[in-house]
Amino acid sequence: MPTDTSQIGKTKTYRAQLLICAGTGCVSNRAFKVRDALVEEIKKQDLVEEVQVVATGCQGFCAQGPIIIVQPDGIFYQMLTVDDVHLLIEEHLVKGRPVEKLMYIPSKGKPPIPKLSDIAFFSKQRLIVLKNRGLIDPEKIDEYIARDGYQALAKVLTSMTPEQVIDEIKASGLRGRGGAGFSTGRKWELAREASGNGKYIICNADEGDPGAFMDRSVIESDPHAVLEGMLIGAYAIGSEYGYIYIREEYPLAMKRLHIAIDQAREYGLLGDDILGCGFNFDVSVHRGAGAFICGEETSLIASLEGRTPEPRIRPPFPAQSGLWGKPTNINNVETWTNVPAIINRGSEWFSSIGTESSKGTKVFSVVGKVTNTGLVEVPMGTTLREIVHDIGGGIPGGKRFKAVQTGGPSGGCIPESLLDLPIDYERLAEVGSIMGSGGLIVMDEETCMVDVARYFLDFLRSESCGKCTTCREGIAAMHDIVADICNGQGKPEHIGLLQDLAEAVKDASLCALGGTAPNPVLSTLRYFNDEYEAHIKDKKCPAGVCQALIKYSIDAEKCKGCTLCSKHCPEEAITGKTKEAHIIDEEKCIKCGACRESCKFEAVLVE
Amino acid sequence: MSDIPTITINGKEIPARAGQTILDVAIENGIEIPNLCHDARLKPSGACRLCLVEVEGQKQPVTACTFEISEGLVVKTETDFIRRLRKTVLELLFYEHLGVCTTCDDNGDCKLQRYAYEYQLDDDVFQISTVNVAQENYTTGNEAIEYDPDKCIRCGRCIRICEEVQMDSALTFKDRAANIEVTTAFDIPLNDSTCELCGQCISTCPTGALYERQAKGKGQCKDILRTRTTCPYCGVGCQIDLNVNPKTNKIVRVTSEVGCIPNDGNLCAKGRFAMDFVASEKRLTCPLIKRNGEFEKATWDEATNFIAERLTKIKTQNGPDSIAGLSSAKCTNEDNYIFQKFIRAVIGTNNVDHCARLCHSSTVAGLARAFGSGAMTNSIDELKNSACIFIIGSNTSEAHPVIALSIKEAVARNGAKLIVADPRQIDIVRFAELHLSQKPGTDVALINAMMNVIISEKLLDSDFINDRTEGFDAMAEALKDFTPEKAEEITTVPAEKIRQAARIYAGALTATIVYSMGITQHTTGTDNVLSLANLSMLTGNLGKESTGVNPLRGQNNVQGACDIGALPNVYPGYQSVEDSAIRAKFEKAWAKELSGNKGLTVVEIFHAVETGDIKAIYIMGENPALSDPNLNRTRKALDMVDFLVVQDIFLSETAQYAEVVLPSFCFAEKDGTFTNTERRVQRVRKAVTPPAGARNDWEIVCEVATKMGYRMQYDGAETIMNEIASVTPIYGGISFDRIDSVGLQWPCTDKDHPGTKYLHKGKFTRGRGKFHPVEFKAPAEEPSDEYPFVLSTGRQLYQYHTGTMTRKSAVINQVSPTGYVEIHIEDAGKLGIADGDTVEVATIRGRVSTLAKVTRTIERGWLFMPFHFCEGPANMLTIDALDPTAKIPEYKVCAATIRKE
Repeated sequence: MPTDTSQIGKTKTYRAQLLICAGTGCVSNRAFKVRDALVEEIKKQDLVEEVQVVATGCQGFCAQGPIIIVQPDGIFYQMLTVDDVHLLIEEHLVKGRPVEKLMYIPSKGKPPIPKLSDIAFFSKQRLIVLKNRGLIDPEKIDEYIARDGYQALAKVLTSMTPEQVIDEIKASGLRGRGGAGFSTGRKWELAREASGNGKYIICNADEGDPGAFMDRSVIESDPHAVLEGMLIGAYAIGSEYGYIYIREEYPLAMKRLHIAIDQAREYGLLGDDILGCGFNFDVSVHRGAGAFICGEETSLIASLEGRTPEPRIRPPFPAQSGLWGKPTNINNVETWTNVPAIINRGSEWFSSIGTESSKGTKVFSVVGKVTNTGLVEVPMGTTLREIVHDIGGGIPGGKRFKAVQTGGPSGGCIPESLLDLPIDYERLAEVGSIMGSGGLIVMDEETCMVDVARYFLDFLRSESCGKCTTCREGIAAMHDIVADICNGQGKPEHIGLLQDLAEAVKDASLCALGGTAPNPVLSTLRYFNDEYEAHIKDKKCPAGVCQALIKYSIDAEKCKGCTLCSKHCPEEAITGKTKEAHIIDEEKCIKCGACRESCKFEAVLVE
Repeated sequence: MSDIPTITINGKEIPARAGQTILDVAIENGIEIPNLCHDARLKPSGACRLCLVEVEGQKQPVTACTFEISEGLVVKTETDFIRRLRKTVLELLFYEHLGVCTTCDDNGDCKLQRYAYEYQLDDDVFQISTVNVAQENYTTGNEAIEYDPDKCIRCGRCIRICEEVQMDSALTFKDRAANIEVTTAFDIPLNDSTCELCGQCISTCPTGALYERQAKGKGQCKDILRTRTTCPYCGVGCQIDLNVNPKTNKIVRVTSEVGCIPNDGNLCAKGRFAMDFVASEKRLTCPLIKRNGEFEKATWDEATNFIAERLTKIKTQNGPDSIAGLSSAKCTNEDNYIFQKFIRAVIGTNNVDHCARLCHSSTVAGLARAFGSGAMTNSIDELKNSACIFIIGSNTSEAHPVIALSIKEAVARNGAKLIVADPRQIDIVRFAELHLSQKPGTDVALINAMMNVIISEKLLDSDFINDRTEGFDAMAEALKDFTPEKAEEITTVPAEKIRQAARIYAGALTATIVYSMGITQHTTGTDNVLSLANLSMLTGNLGKESTGVNPLRGQNNVQGACDIGALPNVYPGYQSVEDSAIRAKFEKAWAKELSGNKGLTVVEIFHAVETGDIKAIYIMGENPALSDPNLNRTRKALDMVDFLVVQDIFLSETAQYAEVVLPSFCFAEKDGTFTNTERRVQRVRKAVTPPAGARNDWEIVCEVATKMGYRMQYDGAETIMNEIASVTPIYGGISFDRIDSVGLQWPCTDKDHPGTKYLHKGKFTRGRGKFHPVEFKAPAEEPSDEYPFVLSTGRQLYQYHTGTMTRKSAVINQVSPTGYVEIHIEDAGKLGIADGDTVEVATIRGRVSTLAKVTRTIERGWLFMPFHFCEGPANMLTIDALDPTAKIPEYKVCAATIRKE
């Protein structure tokens, strides 16, 4: 839904602006309802001339949505509902008294933090890719331009040769943010050097990792930055046409992209003779149908051509023969978005951030058993501990941290002993994981690592395209073995078999999907071997997750007979009188854990 | 990098060629690297992961099938690491491959089985949790092809061959990951898909997952005997291996070896699925003599004595020229040689002809006049490298499906430009840059206008014209006013398209013309051929690779039957019967005085029956009662002729008119040779034991000859070929030894001659190429108020000639059960005809009942009928007006009418 434009005049100034997050997370938490209520309340309070409501892109703090930042004070309000609106307007905007009860409280008993800049989630981040998040209306090109938008494009078109642009990107040390980490400048150079005309560039926005939403958020909050990056790349390699390949499941991102493209065309920033410099470039948006494999570049190209998305052997690389057989440069959303910043601020500035081999920042979607789930951008070299404990606010409910998985479903699980690992491409590879596109899943003591391996194998076995034997059957075979272990059918020889099979799948698969798919198995075998042993030898799941290996019971000492558990039990397996200890009928119990979650006295035991 | 890079495999230095993969080099040098998804006909895919090898400098093992070699590459194919990986890959394949070798047809010829043994797989490393039960899939209900997903290893070869070689794209994978299965797009039944039943998918399947439904259980590969021979359908001359179960003496399936010449392992529906006729219960097994209007069984002695007596009597009473023989384009060169020798030396007449009269006699006449030889100038293999291919009057993908593959390859893989001139939107138009839909019978106008453009726009090859040809000025003069606009009025092809076609053809580095019966079967057939000869000489597209004028011959040995002299005007090797020196040579060789008069042609023979000039006809393996034009008239002649002998494998429509019917061997029971369309003489080999009671064609003829007082006796086909070589200069170097593995292309004049890939290099056979001015002439019969449609006839993919062989196949009968007439949807609408309606098609000569096929692929006002079907035979309608030079009838144009029955 577009913002109510009747409130906005381009040159009009307001006493206050309410920046309401309209990213997918907040929108699904009814941010638009809150927005409409705000507009209504402002009319009612006769503040239309003084207060403006702006729907911004994702602000990253998704766990707390819907959120609003009141400017110019920088006050941060969270978890708003329609019922809070009257109070917020009345108190803050009429009476000038910020509303404490709507502010962020870092942990129980601590005082609320009024300002966004003081919240650890935000203060530890460094924004390059997400610099405009929450600050501009992504559906208005003027707001992007007002924050130096398209300045980098003007700079390259008027004062740099394509070669100079490539040199600048190479010098910056920018590496592909889609996961492989290949030098972006070098990639561009290969595409530029490739003979043949009619070159293409592609933006890979087919973000398939479960729990990852970096690309979606970037497009939703700053679509012009993606376009500007592509324009600069197109100029550098000598391409006049580009495609943005985006998941069908991202309707909001797609809508904002279309608006941005229309506006850019209207402003002469896409099309023929851009900025009067004789440079032509246009772009179209292609919707993917939701196959994980399409994130792999040769599959994506096959899909764009209307063929079955299967990876093919490289060489030839897309830079030599890509879309329709033409030299093609493909980068992901985050890579493209870094480009304008590098051009504007210089490669030296960019390469000063990060580690020896990995420069700049990386955006992570932090999810799982962590207090502050959301989207964070940190300099390369930030430790996992800083991300999990400082920015992420640690593990909720006082539980113990167990592992963090980076890089999406084919990433490895990294144990607590390695939490001080600084994030960069090589260090993650050394410990058996990958940077991937930036998924980061935090697991606590109640997570079973064998079950985690099973879960990701289950995902991958249905997302393998099926072309090569080792990926198609190897993942299925690994899954079946791990599932047997989870089901209590594990045999001692399974561990060796699994290890050998995982190594073979890694060594023998055609593309990176198969090549990395064994990571969850290999890393859990490496760091959490004791859990496998417990499943196989003792027929026990130490985390209490694998249903075939666990038993629920009620501690009669602790049970107060509140009856809550029996009310929550879907199978009527719990009996007992009020204020007397309850009992679970093992025959009926389906081990769903509803009783344990509902118990306020920790009386439900799992073993 | 040097031109000949050297690589090291397992410590041994091996010279290689740039562009080869590791696997290519290994195969060439006999180093075995296991592989399952590789087929030399396909682009490498790297899917099965079995051919992994270690390459120095590579972090990970690479697939040998995809890795291109470079100078100094060091490869190890058999390290412990690699063997362990391969073993795991094989184990994983058996995680999905649930096949049981004991009941599998491929047992004994299965790579997966062989590798499993070599790598000593444990039976159940990964235990299969669920077993699929057999269920319906896309092949259910199809007679030809069956798919067993449990045996499928998902290598994708079937899909790739369908897309890359056949370019039919009928197959695809469905679903993802371990659930992928081969199927058609949208999972429709194969019968409803674009599948052409070529069976290439079966041919490339490395396991028993795809197999011939009819072959299931008829014999496992380990028990099968394979005999290499030449396909009996069409003139491509595909090399096939008849897989015979020796216990049953039956052909179980047909295979072909990748790499073989000329078809590289590719076959069409007929070659692969239409061999049922060999073991048909309807085969003739005993001579028959008609007594009181009924056939009675006779002994061979009775039959041959009877024939010898009757023929001798007629010859004595009415003279040798009252007897005529029809030889056969289906029989071997050896059969044809003996037959024409019998007619010439024993009967004493040149009245010998065969069905080439009805297909390419105008080619022989036209090209002989222009160039000096009437055959395909270039080779099939050269087509794929042509820059421009101009198909005119050839429904290549239906009539010569395997040649069409080379044309598709030229276009889709090598960027050639294809121009198709055909009244109908035939299948190969899919690949064309330009389709010219000329009105039937207006080819000369179209080609003249193209030449007009080439001359006026100065796109001609003056050097070639000056150095190699004669008669250019007269021809150019005749073309002066033949503008594209004028041609548009005649042909209905827009002038601009004619200009484009001329520019594409003349502008190409190498341009080749491919034509067939759309050009030849006209009263202007010879003119049409001369026009094409003019066009090619005008642009210098002759005498070099990937150019030329290439008539595609329709029957398996129609080229050979012509070469070997089953024609009324020439002895073997196109040596004129009217040349006394040549005649003297043959008189000496055959020890008999010979006639110096040209004989009668096919249609003339039947017309001469009406006048009483022909009293007896001896027909070997032809079926004029269905194949000849204006059937009412032909059949009347067959009925009228005093004495008719028919030698055949079935009691054909023609045989039913005979006094004596003689049962003969079919191709699978014979030794001998066929000559394919590119002049390649190839071996035919006996693969099954013939039916008791039948005899070899040449042996039958020899017996009759001997009984007529001229002793003809040969040890076998090889001896006959040696005699052929001794009297036929263009076959002078042909012997069974030399063509044992690969056939030779004539001219091959002596035992050291390597054969001739393309003709007219440096010099035309006749010296200089001759331009002929050709005027446009209208067809013999034009539409009228009473007969407002133009009717053309021709072939369709699944049937062959008069259907005596193809229609014995269950596969073919399912896909092509009966005849039909194609009519444009608008014409059909006006006449109230719906698709599948029974209609009557009539011409002034006859009327037939058939089914309507309503389509948009034909132009308004035109009709098309295939001629294979004895029910509703198209030739009841066709006209027997002849080309004045070649005497070929105008099958392609007559005036007709159509109405709903």
